[in-house]
Amino acid sequence: MHNIAGVLAQPGLWEIVALSLRVSLSAVLLATLAGLPLGAAIAVGRFPGRTSVIVLLNALMGLPPVVVGLAVYLLLSRAGPLGSFGLLFTPGAMIVAQTILILPIIAALSRQAVEDAWREYDEQLRSLGVDGVRAALTVLWDVRFSLLTAVLAGLGRASAEVGAVMIVGGNIEGVTRVMTTTIALETSKGDLPLALGLGIVLIAIVLVLNAAAFVVKEAAQRRFG
Amino acid sequence: MILPLRLEGVSFRHIIQPLSLEIEAGPSTILLGANGAGKSVLMRLMHGLLAPSSGRVSWSGGAGRQAMVFQRPVMLRRSALANVAYAVQAAGMPDAGKVAMEALKEVGLAHLAHRPARVLSGGEQQRLALARAWALHPEVLFLDEPTASLDPSATREIESVIRAFDASGTKIVMATHNLGQARRLGDEVLFIHQGRLVERAPVERFFKQPGTAEAAAFIKGELPWD
Repeated sequence: MHNIAGVLAQPGLWEIVALSLRVSLSAVLLATLAGLPLGAAIAVGRFPGRTSVIVLLNALMGLPPVVVGLAVYLLLSRAGPLGSFGLLFTPGAMIVAQTILILPIIAALSRQAVEDAWREYDEQLRSLGVDGVRAALTVLWDVRFSLLTAVLAGLGRASAEVGAVMIVGGNIEGVTRVMTTTIALETSKGDLPLALGLGIVLIAIVLVLNAAAFVVKEAAQRRFG
Repeated sequence: MILPLRLEGVSFRHIIQPLSLEIEAGPSTILLGANGAGKSVLMRLMHGLLAPSSGRVSWSGGAGRQAMVFQRPVMLRRSALANVAYAVQAAGMPDAGKVAMEALKEVGLAHLAHRPARVLSGGEQQRLALARAWALHPEVLFLDEPTASLDPSATREIESVIRAFDASGTKIVMATHNLGQARRLGDEVLFIHQGRLVERAPVERFFKQPGTAEAAAFIKGELPWD
């Protein structure tokens, strides 16, 4: 068995890590841009079917990545409705699939955070004559650390999933091969050192993300109550 | 002056039966009644947090400057000082920082100005809520059971701040189920029972000679549950 430095110095390893981060971070950015406003709107909005939307959103947090991958595959395949974009088996397709996968996570977690705060603040803010956009901004600012946690949860999910990117990316060497798909492939081929090296990097990333979420939340709790 | 406040045939779902009353400037008004009698809802109707199912709530001088302190203080995730300053800014008043600091001094919280509001004790948070109201110099202050979840010493501190409001000319309208507190702070009592205004009397007379059987039973501690 190689030592850890040797495992991490294998050719191609860091390119794979870089592509993984590019795909997952892009997906998180897109899912955040759509998911935070969506979550906030559902939190404060009153419309028919709202409860069903919330139940559905919470259920979608557990979307199986392979099913998302399959759905996106059908959409993007040549015969599919979005086939003309030629996205299948590109990093773009992987970003689309991961965005769909983590959008419900970010939307549902931010919905919960905003709604809890809104319920608590609503009367007090109206008593102070604060409403509309100003009230919304006050609430969003107060739950900003919970929103950050929601985003980090999405990032953790995106960087660790294998099914969706495998199906829509095709695991093409040098093009769409990311950490998780490489680990799956190399392990089945018996090339354990590369799988192991990527596994170490992946676990480190997930660990750092979760530690960051924890530390941010704790620090905010101490500082702001 | 925004008072008197007039309620004409005001009801709220099945909780408040249609009632009409007028609240004038001056004497401190206590809404007295058992839990669930409808005191809090009535107060929210007065303050405009709830819209009546029927009837009309009107202030003779427009809604003007009013403030409300809730049973459980709601504080933003920022310092004590910033919480008060936020209210001052929201009211469109100048010098928010300075006004906020003076209000904190008034309630004896100046030394905690830069502490996060939400880590203060229950009693301190309630005093902070009073400072937030104080900074607005309201003509009317609504208090919804402000000491219901506080210990006796915190209760005393809150009551002394409420007296300071009264002394400064702010009209006090307070809901409570605490007879002692009603006696200590009130000038007149509105006794609420099952969503109806059963009796209105000066505080001395209310406790000496309650005019209704429900009020008498409540004072004796025999709450009629029927």
